[in-house]
Order: sequence, then structure tokens, then C-alpha cells
Amino acid sequence: MRVLVCVKRVPAVAGRLTLTEDERALDTKYVGFQVGPHEECAVEEAVRLVEAHGGEAVVLTLGPAEAVEQLREAMAIGAARAIHLVTGGEEWDAESTAGAITDAIREDEAANGAFDVILVGNEAADSGGYQVGVRIGRALGRPVVTGIKGLSVADGTARCEQEAGGGRDVYEVRTPAVVAVLEGINLPRYPSVPGRIRAKSKPVATSSPSRPAQRLEMRRLVVPVTEAKQAQVLGRGAEAAPAVVELLASVGVL
Amino acid sequence: MATVLVLVPTADGAPDKVALQTLTLGAQLAAGGDVHALVLSDDAVAAGLGAWGATSVHVAKHPALDTPAPDAAARVLGDLADSLGAAFVVGPGTEEGNTILARTAARVGLPFAANCVAVTPGSPVTVTRSRWGGSLLEEAAIHADRAVLTLAAHVIEAVQTGGSAPVEAFTPRLDDADLAVRVVGRVPAPAGGVSLSDARVVVSGGRGAGSAEGFAPIVELASLLGAAVGCSRAVTIAGWRPHTEQVGQTGTKIAPELYVAAGISGATQHLAGAKGAKRILAINKDPEAPIMTAADYAVIGDMAEVVPAISAEIRRRRGA
Amino acid sequence: MATFPSSAKVVIIGAGIVGNSIAYHLANLGWKDIVQIDKGPLPNPGGSTGHASNFIYLVDHNKEMAELTLESARQYREWDVYTMCGGLEVARTETRLEELRRKVDSAKNWGIDAYMVTPAEIRGLVPFINEEILVGGFYTPETGVCDSLRFGTLCREKAEEMGALQSFANTEVTAMGVEDGRIRSVTTTRGTIGAEYVVIACGVWAPLLAEMAGAYIPLTPVVHQMADYGPVPLFEKSSKAIEYPIVRDMDVLMYERQDGIGFEVGSYAHRSILHDPETIPSIEEAKLSPTEMPFTQDDFDPQLEDALELFPEILGDEKVGQKYAINGLISLTPDGMPVLGETPEVKGLWSACAVWVKEGPAVGKSIAEWMTHGQPEIDCNQSDIARFHAHQKTRQHTKARASEAFPKTYGIVHPSEQYLSDRPIRKTPMYDWQKAHGAEFFEVAGWERAQWYGANAPLVEKYGIGTRPNEWDARWWSPIINAEHLAMRESAGIFDLSSFVIFDVLGAGALDTVQQVCVRQMDVAVGRVVYTPVLSATGGFKSDLTVMRLGRDHFRVVTGAAHGMADMKWFADNGAPNTSVVDLTTAYTTIGVWGPNARRIVQKLTRADVSNEAFKFGTCKTIEIGSQLALASRISYVGDLGWELYVAMEQGQRLWDELWAAGQEFGLTACGIAVYVGTGRLEKGFRAYGTELDNDYNPVEADMLTPRLKAQDFIGRAALEKALGEERAAVCCTLTVDDHTSPRTGEKRYPLGRQPIVTPDGAPITDSKGRQSYANSAGMGPSLGKYLILSYLPPQHAVEGTKLAVRYFGDLYPVTVARVGSKPLFDPENDRVRGTEPAAAG
Repeated sequence: MRVLVCVKRVPAVAGRLTLTEDERALDTKYVGFQVGPHEECAVEEAVRLVEAHGGEAVVLTLGPAEAVEQLREAMAIGAARAIHLVTGGEEWDAESTAGAITDAIREDEAANGAFDVILVGNEAADSGGYQVGVRIGRALGRPVVTGIKGLSVADGTARCEQEAGGGRDVYEVRTPAVVAVLEGINLPRYPSVPGRIRAKSKPVATSSPSRPAQRLEMRRLVVPVTEAKQAQVLGRGAEAAPAVVELLASVGVL
Repeated sequence: MATVLVLVPTADGAPDKVALQTLTLGAQLAAGGDVHALVLSDDAVAAGLGAWGATSVHVAKHPALDTPAPDAAARVLGDLADSLGAAFVVGPGTEEGNTILARTAARVGLPFAANCVAVTPGSPVTVTRSRWGGSLLEEAAIHADRAVLTLAAHVIEAVQTGGSAPVEAFTPRLDDADLAVRVVGRVPAPAGGVSLSDARVVVSGGRGAGSAEGFAPIVELASLLGAAVGCSRAVTIAGWRPHTEQVGQTGTKIAPELYVAAGISGATQHLAGAKGAKRILAINKDPEAPIMTAADYAVIGDMAEVVPAISAEIRRRRGA
Repeated sequence: MATFPSSAKVVIIGAGIVGNSIAYHLANLGWKDIVQIDKGPLPNPGGSTGHASNFIYLVDHNKEMAELTLESARQYREWDVYTMCGGLEVARTETRLEELRRKVDSAKNWGIDAYMVTPAEIRGLVPFINEEILVGGFYTPETGVCDSLRFGTLCREKAEEMGALQSFANTEVTAMGVEDGRIRSVTTTRGTIGAEYVVIACGVWAPLLAEMAGAYIPLTPVVHQMADYGPVPLFEKSSKAIEYPIVRDMDVLMYERQDGIGFEVGSYAHRSILHDPETIPSIEEAKLSPTEMPFTQDDFDPQLEDALELFPEILGDEKVGQKYAINGLISLTPDGMPVLGETPEVKGLWSACAVWVKEGPAVGKSIAEWMTHGQPEIDCNQSDIARFHAHQKTRQHTKARASEAFPKTYGIVHPSEQYLSDRPIRKTPMYDWQKAHGAEFFEVAGWERAQWYGANAPLVEKYGIGTRPNEWDARWWSPIINAEHLAMRESAGIFDLSSFVIFDVLGAGALDTVQQVCVRQMDVAVGRVVYTPVLSATGGFKSDLTVMRLGRDHFRVVTGAAHGMADMKWFADNGAPNTSVVDLTTAYTTIGVWGPNARRIVQKLTRADVSNEAFKFGTCKTIEIGSQLALASRISYVGDLGWELYVAMEQGQRLWDELWAAGQEFGLTACGIAVYVGTGRLEKGFRAYGTELDNDYNPVEADMLTPRLKAQDFIGRAALEKALGEERAAVCCTLTVDDHTSPRTGEKRYPLGRQPIVTPDGAPITDSKGRQSYANSAGMGPSLGKYLILSYLPPQHAVEGTKLAVRYFGDLYPVTVARVGSKPLFDPENDRVRGTEPAAAG
């Protein structure tokens, strides 16, 4: 089986968000970078598919030169090689991103054969566009399923599960297919030291696509002002229990 | 004046809540123009949409649309937009809305803006989008003749206009290709348990629980309150609880009457999933934890002591 | 939480290991009304303590660091927050193995149990190590891991129980109130608090806090990378969190240790990654904690391969993953030592910074003692914040030196090793002349000092000076030093002593001040020069220096560059009313001319009578010499006839040229500082501050007292009188090395100092106060033709003719006690200095 997994380098934010002076990006001097949680699971899923079925997992990113770190992380987990579409660091809208990735997939498939499964994160952790996988699938004429938290592939069919109303809806699509996964589809492993060392010598194919005019043109970012609430302290330690229960009663949830 | 087409997904015979909010947005964007609502299959819902601002309602009737089939839905939406000459095609910023609208845009090569919190008509149309689960906003321009977008959940209130709208059923044209992706089966919900996204009360634990075993008091309190159990991402990463219980940007977004967050510091991504809660009660050792700036009520203390004490107090009252 | 008080006796800023320890130790010494604040939450406010690896390796070549570490380990053990797991330092190369042998020497200096182990023994201690790539190791069984957060919490609790402490978390300092050079208040996000004392103990943020008050705490945040791997199947069977010894893989600058079921890997091998205190994220901005910066994997990856090679069974396991990895911030200073004590800029403002977990509790105790008694029990002079010269307080210098020092954290650092970065800073007037004469420059306090002159190389052959066969012994050394020495003794030498710290004590209180600070009688005739010990209240050495009386209310103090700034603060701190202390360091250059022909050379240039009768030893006067007026002081630290000549800095080169020209007919030789501080003073048995003289020894033991103490009071008098009344536990002796041949390699070896002095069979020598004997200084006495060692020996060994041994790289070399006490081996009656010996021929 041949699996492609697409990842995006995003800031590992946790605390307060601050912007760069031009208000077009997050100030990342205090934060590291990582792939988003959905994509972290997508990488793990790709590696599991190859572990189960044999074949090759390939990781792809469109991002700045430094994004090779994220590619190495994926290769440390088990991806065999990487495709890096190197940008100048500026953000690409989802449509351009999908276009460049589609071109890269076509090129790679021409040389190495089709990917049975193309995995993407359901939405990018930072830009939240919800569409790159959809556009890739549309362009390649392959079925796309999104919001997936369970995946198995057998006999040219991908069985995909999506949470719905407490249960799960099941989709079955013919491969080759594009699957957009959600965090929770698996618990990703941590990279081992031998994995890291192997990753260093795995090949990374680079190219530099040109960025087309942005039709969803980001003009600036804004950190919304949220008024900090002053929580009413009901008490300290176990002694607060009666006050809490009073609250439960008054809210009508007791 | 503009023509607006709004996708109104339905479930269990009722319109999606966020879709009603989207109708309200649609009416604003139309500015006196037509607000068309598209409903897939469900006649019962269609009749009521006039009261929420639709000026005409279209019901697509096709067996393939009785169960989720996002490509089919996208085609129906796109074709209808073409025939109406809609300037705006909008849908709810839910999983379902986002995937259908994304597909509608991709079919005909239009840009798509997901999870908008504000839309300004003009040339170009400009939007404010939610990023990082709402922790960050993006101002963007849509350079296209037709603006395809979704409205982020719960950023505007659905307004009842009290109007009525004609309902017109039609049979859409669908090819096999449109039906390649569709639900073919269902795994039922496990018995018992309360659905996190719909729960009236959610009791969550975080890193402060200390271990998988440390969740016992959380589960106990939740069951006493008929609440759903939730947790933070740190907890699922540690493997203490399943991901289905994770509240946050990459987990479940909740909207309960009361959210009890015990031993959760309150990272941005977690709070993004708890924004919909009406009230938040934080139980934390650290009075300065970030959760405190989002909470309405607080108990300062170790969750391992406080949570069992609350359960005991509830039992005592009920026993009395 | 209690309301924030409006005033306190002491405000401690920082609740890491240092701040907590200070709070406890102050309370323990009876202080009340202590308020501790931290901008982070408790118990882990997010500073460097929170991410510390917490292991305590006891051995350090540096005495002060070793003492601080040993005392800290004692406190951790006393409070039961110490897991003794043993510590290994392993060697992959013979060079490193040799360094580990030196480390055993240092362990024995400070009385720490340590010994060499073979690769097989290493495997026995750490069953998962790949011993095949090792050539040996060094084991300290008492090395362990502490729980620094728990210790800190206990500190606060105990201080609170004593009713002495209130702690406020999440309280950030926004301003410092300073009036008339004294700290008055601290403004925080909870309000302003008045304070008599403020202690800055907030590590990497400290420079910002100091700046708020107009003071300087020169340190820079530096990244130390660490990562945690797990779960390790072997450790899942461990009954303890730390069952196996910690391993330092010294050749690749890494350490590894068990941490529960995880395996922690830390590195000092990556490039120096420096930050500015301003750019440390706030608590709100940080993902983990402010001092746990995002991991830069690329920097760590190369080290991982080294770690894998040593621990293939653990790190080669595909199921063992990298679970947590950080770029942890730690503090580094311009000279690698902590920054402790009251700031020289602001009275009442104290620094307790650049301290690691292994020193924290001892620093807490020392700062508390220092604040209480004016002197800590452990001599912290090398850490004294007052030591810094102006350039050392700058960000640029701090960063340059930290950058250079970081990769040497586990490096093999020669005792004379020179910094190469950010030089030159201070050039003496003769710098260019010296450079043209092939000077090898060593740096002290920013000064470029000629250690020896390449131009003097021909003298090596003339005097038949041998070389040192061992590279370590010969590193930062030259046979030219001995040749310059002999040339001086034969005729005369000229020395550039511009680096002296010089300050005047002036005013109506000047005499009282110098009397109070100095041991010797200062109420002497104008024009007298007095060499004197300066003591702490406990009777140990605070300094030794010379004082010239230039007028009734005018004394000029001349002291060494390394510690001179602290000396100046000591005089100012203990100044009587109506006293001014004025720094003249850069106003004057000092040129020394000594040797049997020194008088002839000087006389050629002056109309003044410089005969023995007219210009007595121990006096000073301003004389006309050549083109200028110079303050000439007839003293000598090299034991020969001659003068120190003080002239304005900008005129130094001119005077040097004139002396040089006048000296040519006498064979005047330019001598490097190595003669001045090394060979010259050693064969005269002169003690030096920092080697023989520190707070652990008193003038009775150093044998530096005249028979009678002056009538006036002085600091340390009571302790000194007590010492005079007792039999001295040890006395400083001069020893000679009898045989330099290594019993192991047959090579001639030359101990460089700081090695154990032991009995001929290798047993340690300990005096009745528990102090071990070691070679305080060691070096050649060229005129004696003997290699000399100064060492404190207890009475039973302090007998001339006694045979002992010096331990060097693990081998014993026989030595003989040649002189007990201060009487020099060379020119024992000081005829040369006094000019009473017939002068040698020119």
C-alpha cells in the first residue's frame, strides 16, 4: 500500500497569543513548532497502514525551509521519505495550497504509482480552512471523506468512521481516496532514538512552487479582546462543597 | 440587495441550530433581497424556516440524500446557487456544513471561507474568520463573484422574523460520482452515557487528576448529576481517558448549562472547546490558573479533595 | 491569601531553590518579617529550578564550588530529599581518563569519597551501559538526586512555622525604590512594600530586577537541552525512582540518568544558545514554563547518536520514545561563578543568582550568614558580586564569555586556561611595546597582562632552562618564565603592574577606617608603606594588600586586580564617618623595577637620592624620574631591591621607555607577570590571596603576624586573639619536590597546584579543624633550583625534613617539608630586599 500524509508546520501555542508587528502572523519567538494534532494522528495512521499492509508512507508539506523539522519528525515515526514544497514563509490560502500539493502528487505518482490513500488533517490547526483535502480529492477525481476517527483499508475499499449523534456513521469509498482525519483516531507514538537517526538519512525531495494570487486573501490577524472574568470564589478545599451544591441547585442541574 | 442561498442541514426532524443562526446572517447579507434556504429531503423542517428569515425554501428530494452524502449535497447546493444567481452561498460552521460548502466551492473552483464571525458585502466581500478555535481572528477578502462561506457556531443569535416562505420541492440531478461518498452503515452509540456535545452538565478533569485512577471522583460526580464526563487534551495524550471525552479545539465543543472543570489549567485550545458553556465552575489549586479568567465560579483546592466532598454533599442532601 | 503587607524587614524576590533556602536560613538565624514574592505560582513558579535535573555531583576542582555543593548535599540529606544513587563519569578516551584521575585528586582535596573504576566495574554499576566503548571511569558513591521543589516547600513551611515568612505567588515586581543609594521599597502587581533589605534570587530574570534599582547582576540565560525517553522496560521493574548511578558521558558532554520509568538525557554539547532576560516569555506566553523554551531538535540530534552508542539497550529500543524535550534556560556569568552578596551599587540590595540546584541550599545559608554576620562560613569570595569590574557588568561581555564557557561545562579546563573572547578590553600603556616584544598575554579583570615575553627566548639557553615533557604541565607555561626570573635576580627586571586596583581612603575618618579594616598598625609616619592582612569578623583572610600613607588623612591602597573591586567595597562598607573611598585604578599605571641593579637604573634617571639611607625599604615618596614625577614605593613582592613607580596612565609608556633605555647597560630584562605572581613570590614564600589566603585560614596559621598586635581595634581582632591563644591547627609550610618521575609513565611531572598533600603511603592529612592538606600553590623556584609547594600542615607533619607526598593525576611524588612558616627558602634574611647585601655586578 502506498500512503501519502500531508502535514502543516504550525506554532505550538498554548498561552496568550501575540502577533508580529505587521499583524499577519503569530509571534513565534516563544513557541516551538509542530504539526497540528489532527495531522500528528494522520502520520501515525499512515505508518500503521503501512505496518499492516506493507508499502510506503510518504510525508508531504508545503511550508518554509524550517518545516523540514516536521518532515523529519514524521520520518522518525516511520514515513519513508518526504516531499517538501518550500515556501518563503508567507501564508498560502487553502486553494493555492491544495493546488500546489495536487501538482506534487501528480508528479510523484507519475514516477512511483498512485497513492492508495492520501491522509490529511481535517482542518489545519492554525488557519482552520476545512478544505485542502476536499480540493485535492476533487482535483484528482478521488473520493474524499472528512471528519474521520476510524479507518481500515481492505480490498480497494476504505472504511471510514465519523462520529455522529453519539454513534458513528460509516462511509465506504473505493481507493485511491483522500481521508481527512481527526485527533483521536489513534494515540500517536513518540519517536524513538533509532527512528530519529534513521530519519536524518531519509530523502527529502524539495521544490519551490510559486504562490498564485490569493483569492481568499488574508489581510490581517486580530487577537480578540475577551474580558477576563472575575470568578466568584465559592470556598477553599472540601469546605466549599455545600456552596457548590447550592450553586448546582440554583442553576437547576442538581 | 443580494440573493443569498443558505444550506440548512437537519437532524432528527429539526433544523441545525447553527443553520438558523446562518439564516439570520443570510437575511442581513440579502439586505432586502431573497434569502433562499436549501433543505435536503426533510419537508417537515422546510415549512418552519420562513419564521427564521428565509424568503423561499427549496427541498431537494432524492433517496441518496436521506443519509449523509456530502458530494451530492454540495452538487445540489452549487447547482441551485447557479440557477438562482446567488451572490452568497452560506452554511453553518459545523463539520457537516464545512465539508459540504468546501465541496461546493471546490466543484467550481471558488474560494471558501470557513467559520466566519462577520461578513461585509462589497467588492470584494470581506469576512472575519475564526482561527485557533476562536482564539484568533483573521480579516480576509474573498476575490470571487460568489462568496462561499460558513458561519462560526454561536457567534450570532438566530432571530425569529415571524415570516413565512413558500416551499418548493425538486428532484436534483445526481450522477454516480456524486454518490461515491455516502454513509453505508452506522455504529450505534454505546448504551448509557451522556453525549458530550449535547450534555446539560459536563464534569471534566485535567492533568490535576494525576492518573487514570484519579478520574474516579470525576466519573462519580458526573453520574450523580447525569452529566457527561470530559477531560483536557493532556489527559487523552497521557492515555488516562478516551479521546471522545476530550473538550477543546481538536476535541468536542460543548455548550452545557454548567461546565465543571477540575484540575484543568485552561490552555487556549481547551477554552476554545468550552466557549459555549453558559457557566463555568473551576476547581483548581492555583488561584491564578488561566481557567480562572474564564470561570464564573471557583473553588480553590485540590480536586482530589473537593470533588469527592461535592459528591458526598449531594448524597447527604438527597438522603435527607 | 493574606493581604499584601506594606513593609517588611526583608523582601526576597524569587521562590526557586535559592529564594526558598534564603527564607529558611534567615528565619533560622532569627530574622522576622520576611516577605517572599514570585511572579509565578507555587510550588513551581517556572524558573530554572522547575526544570532542573536535580542531580548533585559533589566533586569540583574549585574549592568554593566544592564546599557549596557538599554543604547543599548535606542539607538535602538532612531533610530526606536526597536519593543517593552514585555518580559515574565515564571516559571514552585516554585524555579524559587522565582528567578523571585529576578529578580524584580534587575529590581527595575536599575529602570526598571517589575512585577510578574499570569498564567492567562500570558495567557492574550500570548494567545497561555499553562499556566496550569506554576506557574507564570515576565513581563517587555519594552522588545523588535531590527533590529541589520539595526542599523549597519545606524551607517555606519551616520559615512560616517560625512566624518569620509570608510568601506571595503570582506577584510581579514592577519597580524598585532606591533613595540615597539604599534600597527602600519594591513595587509589585500587588502593591508597594517598604523593605530594609531586598534579595534578588530570581535567576535568569535577575538582570532586569537589578537594573530597576540601578545595579548590575551580570548573567545571561543560556539553553541547556534535555529530553526524556520512555517507557524503559528495565526501569518498570525498579523499586525506586532512581536505582542506577547517574552517568556523565564526559567526552561527548552529556549526562544520562534514570527518572522513574523514563531515561533523561541532557546535553552541553550543542552550540551556545543565548537569550536575553527581556525575551524570556511571560507565564501567559509560555507553552510549558517560561524557562522551558521550545526544543530545537536539530541541535540535539547529533548528541543522540552519542547517547545511543553508550546506551544501545535503552535508547535503541524502538518502543522507547522521546516524550518530553526542552531547551531549559540556566544562568551563566562572565567567569562561571555565582553572583552573591550585596550589590556595590545599592546598599541593602543583595544578589543570590546564577546558582544551580547543587549549590542552592548552601548559598541560602551563606547569604543568610553574610546578611547576619557580615561573613558566610563558606568563603564565597570568588562569587562575590563586588568582584566585577565595569566591563564585566555589560551584556556584551557576559554573553561573549558565557558563549565561550558553555561548551566547556564538561570540558577539560586547564587551571590557567584563558578566555579568548571579547579581548582585549583593557590595554596597559605598554601594551603595544609588549606585543612587539612577543608578549604572551593572559587576561585578568579585563587587563591584558604580559605573562612572559617571546623576545626573551634566548635567555632560556643562556640559563639552561629545561622544558616540561608533559603537555598538560607545559600548557600555558614557558621556560622563558624561569629565564626572566634568573635575569632579574642576576641584574634587574622591569614589570608592568598596571592591573593593580588602586584607591584612596580620604578624609577625617580615613585613619579610623584603615585602622578598622587592616590588621597592622596604620597610624604610621606619612610616607610609610605597610603590607597588611585584612580579615573578616571570623578572623579569616578577606584580603592582603599594601597601604601607603600619603598624608594625615590620606591613605592609598594597592591591591590585586582579581579581587580589588571587592576590597574597595569592603573599605567603603566599613568606612568611619567622614571618609571617602575613591577609585584611582585607571588613573595610575604601576611599573616595577627590581633586582640588584634596580637602584643603579633608577638613579640614572633621577636627581633624588635613592640610596638605602635616603630611601628606606617600606617607604614611599614622589620623586622626579626622567621626564616625570612618580610616586615611588620601595617594597617588593619578588624579594629583590627596587621600587614600584606610579605615574599617570598616559605617561606610562614614556617612563617605561626611559627606564628601558637606562637599563640597557645593566642588562635590564622585561619580566612577565608569571615571575611576579609565581616564581618570584614562591621562592620568597610570600602567600597569595585566593591560594594560601582565604577565610578558612587565619594569619597565625599563615604565619604572617608580627609578635604584637596593635592596640587599636580592627575587624577580626577577637577571633585573631583567640587564635593566638591556641595551638595552631596547621601552619603554612614550604615543601620541595624530591623526585618528579612519574611512577606510572616514567615521565617528569610538575604539579600545578591544588593537589592533595598526603603521607608517603598516600593517606590523607587532616588537621584538627577537619581541613585537608593540599598544595595551595606549586611552582619552580629557579634561583633555588627546586620545585616548591606551599601547603598548610598540621603540627605533627609541620616539621622540617618530614617526608610526605603530593598526589598528581593519581600518582604519588615524594616531597620534603623544607620550611615551616613564612621564612623564605631564598634569601631567608631578606638582604636583597633591604639592599644590605653587596649588589651584584652589572
